[in-house]
Amino acid sequence: MSNSRAGLIWAAVAIAILVPLIAAAASPLLAWREPIYIAAGFAGIIALGLLLLQPLLIGGFLPGLSGLSARRVHRWIGAIVVLAVIVHVVALWITSPPDVIDALLFVSPTPFSVWGVLAMWAVFAAAFLAAFRKRLGIRPRTWRLLHTSLAAVIVTGTVVHAALIEGTMETVTKLALCSLVIVVTIKVFVDLRVWARGAASR
Amino acid sequence: MTSAMLSRRSLIASVGAVAATGLSGIIVPAQAKGLAPTPSMRGGSNNYRPGAPIVERIGNGGFWMTGTVRRAGDGAPLGGQRIQIWAHTTEGHERDPHSHGATLTDANGNFRLEMPQIVPAFGQPHGHLAYDSDEFETVFLRPIMRSSKDKTLEAHFVLQAA
Repeated sequence: MSNSRAGLIWAAVAIAILVPLIAAAASPLLAWREPIYIAAGFAGIIALGLLLLQPLLIGGFLPGLSGLSARRVHRWIGAIVVLAVIVHVVALWITSPPDVIDALLFVSPTPFSVWGVLAMWAVFAAAFLAAFRKRLGIRPRTWRLLHTSLAAVIVTGTVVHAALIEGTMETVTKLALCSLVIVVTIKVFVDLRVWARGAASR
Repeated sequence: MTSAMLSRRSLIASVGAVAATGLSGIIVPAQAKGLAPTPSMRGGSNNYRPGAPIVERIGNGGFWMTGTVRRAGDGAPLGGQRIQIWAHTTEGHERDPHSHGATLTDANGNFRLEMPQIVPAFGQPHGHLAYDSDEFETVFLRPIMRSSKDKTLEAHFVLQAA
């Protein structure tokens, strides 16, 4: 891959993730929110942005990162996503405890909450399985099925959650990032035939 | 085939008849009872502060919360009823005491309270209202604005004797 092509790919990825963040940073709603509430929102936006990197890394689309090094970065980003989700939920809890309790108990009046909570549990489950995969003796094929299923729940849950929210994210950049995350995830699932019968583990 | 068709047709007819009877069975007593009481909405009581003071307006105003309070059954307007209102606005969070205020209904059961502009919080531009006095059952409402640019929001209470 030529240097200019590699530069273009990295620039496109940076734009896809940073433009929605910058647009959210310009939201008028921020003026009427306390720092803890603002932090909660941005933790969520960062987690959504990082979800774009995960399939790109595994699909080998990011120049300079392939094979083992891509997987190592994928694991680190997974850990950061877990952290971002925890910050998101805890900071929302501090902002308005009853709204977060309603969401976690699946009795929230807002339809997007259930999707967010589903994605949260899928993120935690994926991280737990990744951390204890060897100790639990999970076979490669089982691992692949579990991890990709959880990834599908994470992507679907996060995208629906984000799309239904009227918040600090600007609508066009939000929907563009959400679409990219879905398209890239599907592309990698199809390319790697993750759910194909008898797919070889890598 | 014909008999099967006929039996299916008669089945549909009888199911329809049963459904009609069943539905009217549900509707008729409701009509006899009249206006049904408003149930509390999910999340309606979140960040409620009992005993918020009656105020001329909340903060600097610019936005109107309006509505009506009626009695279940005959639908008679209820005057002098205390309605508490709070929301995330341009002047404060839902939890802030200064985001809360109360008002009384007039003789026609109408209330209107000026408050700061409601802004989207926790994903939706919404307000909270409570009827929480002794005479009737407590009701918490959480209406959602059609657009976050709206300058008014309304909510209606039908109360049931406690």
